Amino acid sequence: MLKRTPLYQAHSDMGAKLVDFGGWEMPLHYGSQIEEHHQVRRDCGMFDVSHMQVLDIRGKDSRNYLSHLVANNVDKLRTPGKALYSAMLNGEGGVIDDLIIYYMDESWFRIVVNAGTAEKDIAWMEKQATGYSVEISPKRDLAMIAVQGPNAREKVWEALPGSREITERLIPFSAAEMGTMFIARTGYTGEDGFEIMIPAKAAPFFWATLAEQGVKPIGLGARDTLRLEAGMNLYGQDMDETVNPLEAGLAWTVDLKSERDFIGKAALLERPLKYQLAGLLLIDRGVLRSHQKVSTSRGEGEITSGSFSPTLEQSIALARIPKEVAAGEEVRVMVRDKLLRAKVVKYPFARNGKSLI
Amino acid sequence: MNIPGNLKYTASHEWVRLEDDGSVTVGITDHAQSLLGDMVFVETPEVGRKVSKGEECAVVESVKAASDVYAPISGEIVAINGDLDGSPEKINEDAFSAWMFKMKPENASDLGALLDAAAYRSVVESEAH
Repeated sequence: MLKRTPLYQAHSDMGAKLVDFGGWEMPLHYGSQIEEHHQVRRDCGMFDVSHMQVLDIRGKDSRNYLSHLVANNVDKLRTPGKALYSAMLNGEGGVIDDLIIYYMDESWFRIVVNAGTAEKDIAWMEKQATGYSVEISPKRDLAMIAVQGPNAREKVWEALPGSREITERLIPFSAAEMGTMFIARTGYTGEDGFEIMIPAKAAPFFWATLAEQGVKPIGLGARDTLRLEAGMNLYGQDMDETVNPLEAGLAWTVDLKSERDFIGKAALLERPLKYQLAGLLLIDRGVLRSHQKVSTSRGEGEITSGSFSPTLEQSIALARIPKEVAAGEEVRVMVRDKLLRAKVVKYPFARNGKSLI
Repeated sequence: MNIPGNLKYTASHEWVRLEDDGSVTVGITDHAQSLLGDMVFVETPEVGRKVSKGEECAVVESVKAASDVYAPISGEIVAINGDLDGSPEKINEDAFSAWMFKMKPENASDLGALLDAAAYRSVVESEAH
């Protein structure tokens, strides 16, 4: 039996094509994935991301615990509401999950983890909590709706009386509480907008109110092409427990500079670096997909995420290739039974409505 | 579900139209396009290529996935629809007009083995369960 979010009925009523997404029955699209993609880049759209798991970390040792638990440095979090993206590593330096940590106060940090890894994450976090005075509480009664696009914030302010005053001054990557709701200026699309946590019971009404304001529902299909264009990693594809975050485009999130020790740090310092995550633009006709083999001047690599980019109107990919390969090099990708030409580029490919290539 | 009665079908979701000149026109069904979603790339076979029944001879790729198109009968590819090259979305808009290729059949008996609309409908319905 697939799990359903509080918005399942709304998706059904809106004509969603529902698919099994990691054990959840989720909307893939509501008609056209490409139109939904453009809708978010050009105006705004809303996503049900209630399958993601919200966790609260409470207790006097919260900061010390997280400092030990994750690869990024929670000491960057000093202003209440500020968010931090990080990987959570195992002892070998592999990525257990990627997550966002919101700092609310010294005894309350809020974390959002991926749906498919939530149970594994919670077990790991419980295990690592030994010796720390912290309490880890999964908030299973919260739904989450992302509203994304250049007009997203305006639409939320229209749909949610009182929210403008509370969230107007939020800088990107920070959050504020509003009653039982939690509004963060974060997202997974490369566009401005909010991710809004709301009690499950209230979610259908809020979703319907946004729809009345003209906000279109967007499925997970467009969510994937939007995040790929924006150069954001997808757990399970671009990295997993076997992958070094420094070879997965996550070096900017791994704090090796401070004295602080964290799980996986020692292993990371010892592991030789062979690969980088790079962008690919397909020159020939076709579509790049994950697991296709890449041949470069410095050896073999593999595509981790590939698709058609609606903004660039050509196929793009993230690929793990030898770290010596420079942007601009032409490589070959085995696409089905043909070797196609692709160009190595720096990503992101598109953000804020525009191509960056 | 849109399954025109004047066409023949395969269990692999191709539609086949028997033309007056003895050739057949092939495309993918509306059901197939709806499963695949927005089309972004179509690779048609080369004119003159001889294919066997069931052989992969074209590819349709949507944003979501790539899918092979199989020869519904044995024979020679005699024409391809070049319009799909720049506008693969025509398959989404009207799968039964967006033909992919035409073939000259090798064995007339292959035609008799194709599914009629009712038989194809039951194939689709059985897949849904």
